[in-house]
Amino acid sequence: MSIDMSQFHEAFFDESFEGLEIMESELLTLDVGAGDAEIINTIFRAAHSIKGGAGTFGFMNVSEFTHVMETLLDEMRDGSRDVTQFAVDSLLESIDVLRTMLESARDNTEVDEEMVAARYAVLNGILKGEQGDSSVKEVEAPSLAEASTEKPVGAGWEISFIPHTNLLMAGNDPVRMFRALSELGELRATVDYSNLQPFNELVPEDLYLSWLLTLTGDILQADIEEVFEWVEDDCDLTITPLAANVQSEPLVVIESEPETIEPVQVSAVTSVKEQVSENSVADNASVNKKPATKPKKATESASIRVGIDKVDEIINLVGELVITQSMLDQVGEDLEANAEVASSGAECGSQKTNADILLRLSKGLAQLERNTRELQDGVMRIRMLPISFVFSRMPRLVHDLSSKLNKKIELLVSGEETELDKTVMENIGDPLVHLVRNALDHGVETPDIRLAAGKAEVGTLSLNAYHQGGNVIIEIKDDGAGINKAKVRAKAIEKGIISETDHLTDDEINHLIFAPGFSTADVVSDVSGRGVGMDVVKTSINKLGGRVVVESEEGKGSVFTIRLPLTLAILDGQLVTVGSESYVIPLIAIIESLQIDRAQINAVAGKAEVYKLRDEYIPIIRARAVFGLEDNKADLHESLMVIVEVDGAPVGIIVDDLQGQQQVVIKSLETNYRKVETMSGATILGDGTVALIWDVNGMVNVHKKKLNNGVIKA
Amino acid sequence: MARILVVDDSASMRQMVAFTLKGAGHEVVETSDGVEALASAKSGSFDLVITDVNMPNMDGITLTRELRALPNYRFTPILTLTTESSNEKKMAGKQAGATGWLVKPFNPDQLLATAKKVLG
Repeated sequence: MSIDMSQFHEAFFDESFEGLEIMESELLTLDVGAGDAEIINTIFRAAHSIKGGAGTFGFMNVSEFTHVMETLLDEMRDGSRDVTQFAVDSLLESIDVLRTMLESARDNTEVDEEMVAARYAVLNGILKGEQGDSSVKEVEAPSLAEASTEKPVGAGWEISFIPHTNLLMAGNDPVRMFRALSELGELRATVDYSNLQPFNELVPEDLYLSWLLTLTGDILQADIEEVFEWVEDDCDLTITPLAANVQSEPLVVIESEPETIEPVQVSAVTSVKEQVSENSVADNASVNKKPATKPKKATESASIRVGIDKVDEIINLVGELVITQSMLDQVGEDLEANAEVASSGAECGSQKTNADILLRLSKGLAQLERNTRELQDGVMRIRMLPISFVFSRMPRLVHDLSSKLNKKIELLVSGEETELDKTVMENIGDPLVHLVRNALDHGVETPDIRLAAGKAEVGTLSLNAYHQGGNVIIEIKDDGAGINKAKVRAKAIEKGIISETDHLTDDEINHLIFAPGFSTADVVSDVSGRGVGMDVVKTSINKLGGRVVVESEEGKGSVFTIRLPLTLAILDGQLVTVGSESYVIPLIAIIESLQIDRAQINAVAGKAEVYKLRDEYIPIIRARAVFGLEDNKADLHESLMVIVEVDGAPVGIIVDDLQGQQQVVIKSLETNYRKVETMSGATILGDGTVALIWDVNGMVNVHKKKLNNGVIKA
Repeated sequence: MARILVVDDSASMRQMVAFTLKGAGHEVVETSDGVEALASAKSGSFDLVITDVNMPNMDGITLTRELRALPNYRFTPILTLTTESSNEKKMAGKQAGATGWLVKPFNPDQLLATAKKVLG
C-alpha cells in the first residue's frame, strides 16, 4: 500500500509551528533554577511531537535536531540538570533554528547548514559530552544493522513457547501469533495441556497451555522474535535452529557485505567526477553543493484551521435559510394561485387573501434578511483568528530586547482571544512588532533613570485588544518617558516637515512621528531604527483600512491605539453623492457629518479654507475640486460636510448629499482596473451600480497636490 | 474490517494513521487526547485502540490503564505509539496493560502490519 505522505505535511507544519510557539512561550515563563516540572513537561511534549512527526514524514534533519533539544529537556525534567539562563536562552535560539529548518522543509529550500551545525555544537556543549555529536545519529543505526546482518538459516526453527498464565490479559493472543508465524513458513504446533486446571478451579482469563512449535523455511530469527516481541516478558521463549540443518558459515556472509557496498560508493563518486569533467567545471567544491532552491510544489494553497463549532454554526444557519426559502416559495405559489383564480374570474372560499400573503411575504423577507446577516457573520468568522497568534510573538521579543537594552520590563497582555481577520492578522504582525520595539527602545527608560524619576524600577508594557463597534482596537501602552515634544518639534522643523512659525497642538506634534521622512536619527538605536520608520507602520495600518493614533504625556508614557476593521472583505460605509456619482466613505474614518454654517468658514491667506468647528480650525476639502468637477456652490452655504480623521486630525470634506449607511462588499480596484490614489476600492450597490470607496488619506494628498500646483485656488 | 480508536494529539500523525487504516477498510474514530479517547471508548466499542504516549490532559499510559479497568476493554488490543526506542517507555505501556507498541517513525505499511498482528 503506498500512501502519499505529503498530504499530511501541511497539518504537520501547522502543528509544528504551533508547537514551537508553545515551547517558546513556556520557556519564557520558566524560572531559572529548579524549573516548574509541569512547564518543562509541556515544552518537552511539544518537542517530542515535532520529533515524532518529523521522523514519520521524512524530515530527518528536523527530527535529529529536535532529539538533541529533547535530550536536554528530558534531563531538566527528571531533575538531573538545573535550568540555567544559558540553557533557556540556548533553547530559545534553538527554537529559531528549528523554525528555519521547518520553513525550509516546507518551502523546499536549502537549510543553512552552518547555522544548524553551530546550534548542534552549543546544545551538545551543554550536554557536556555525555552525548557527543556522533551519538545523535547513531541512535537508530544499531537496530538496522542488527537486522541486516542476520541471515536466513536453512531449514527452520524449533520454538518452545510457554506463556505465563497472565499472557491474555493485555490483549495478546497466541492464535494470532501462530497465524503470523505460519505466514513466515510451515508451522507445526504441539500443545501441552498438562497444566490445565480442573474445571471448577479454572480461571477463564488465565492461560494454562504451552506449545512446542516447529517452523520450517528460510526464516530470520529476528522475524520470529518480532512475533513474540510484545510478550517476551510474559512467557518463556526458546528459539533454537532445527538441529539437522544448521549452516554454520555466517561469517562468510558478513564478510562479503562491505565488499558489495564499496564498489557502489566508488562508482557513485567516479560518475560524479566524470560528470564534472565532462561539464568542465573547474571548481571542485561545486560538486558538493546542492541547488540552492528546489522547485516549489505546484499545488500549494493557503489553508486555515477552523473550529468545528464555527462550521456547525454555518450549517445550522444554512438550514434556517432553507426553511426561509421554502416559506417564501409557499408565498410565491399562493400568489400564483391567486393570480390564476383572478384571471379565471372564479371565486373560491379557501383562497388566501392577498393581504395575508403580503404579510407572510414581508415576514419571510425579514427572516431572509436576518438569515443573510447571520450567515455573513458566520462565514466571516471562519476567517477570524484570535489575536494571540500575533501577541504570542511579543513575550519573546520583550525578553530579548530588555536584556539587550538593559531595561527591566514587564509585559502585560490582555484580550488575546479577540478575533481578527486572517489577512489583517498576517499584516498587522510587523507594524505591531515595530510599535513594541519602539516602546521598549524609546519609551521605557533604563532602571536608574526610572528610579531617579520616582518610578518603579520595572517598566510596564501592556498590550490589549478588544472589539468596539465592528472594529478591533489594539492598544500598546507603556509607562515610559513619553514623546519629547520639544525634540520632535525641533526635528520636524529641521527635516522641513513643519515650519518654525507653524502653531501645532500637542496632539499634532505627537503625530509628527508618523510623518514620512521623520526619523529621530540621533536617538535611533539598532533596536528600532532598522530603516523602518513609524511612517511605514502608519502606511501598513492604513493599507488594512485601519488607523493608528498616539496619545502621550511626557514623563508618564504613551499609548498607541490601532483601530482595524474586522475584515477586509466587507466594510461599513457611508454613502455620499458627489456630482452624479455615489461614493462610499469608510465609516471607520468618519467622526461626524454636519451642515456648514457659512459664518464659520475662513480662508487662510495662501492656504486652503478652514472651518471653525467648536474651538478648532479644520481644513476643508471640496470633493468636487478633488475630482475635477465644476463647483456647484462656491460659497458652501448649507453644504454638507463629512468630517473624517486623517493622521489623527480632523478634515472636513464637502459632499453634495449624504445617503444612508450600509455594509458593502469590497472589490479590488487594482485587480479589476488600476490603482487610483483617491480610492481604496469599489463596490456594487443594491441597484447594481458601481460605487467607488474613498481613501480619505488619498483624498487629502490629492487635495494638497492640487493646492500646491495652483489647480485649486484658495 | 475493524473499529479502531486512534488517539494522538498531533493532527498530522492522527490523519496519517486514520487515513492508512481507513484505506485498509477499517472504521476509525479519531480523538486527540486520553480524556477524549476514554469518553469515546465508553460510548462505543472498539476492536483496537492505537494511542500516542505523550499527550496533554491524559497520556497514553494512563489511558491504557483506565481502559483496562473497563470491563469491555479487558482484552481489547491496545497499541502504543512511542518515539522511544528504549525499553523504558515500551515497558511502561506494557505494565499499564498495552498489548504492544509501534516505534515512531513508522510508515503506513508498518502500521498496517502491526495492526494485522493484533486483529488477526
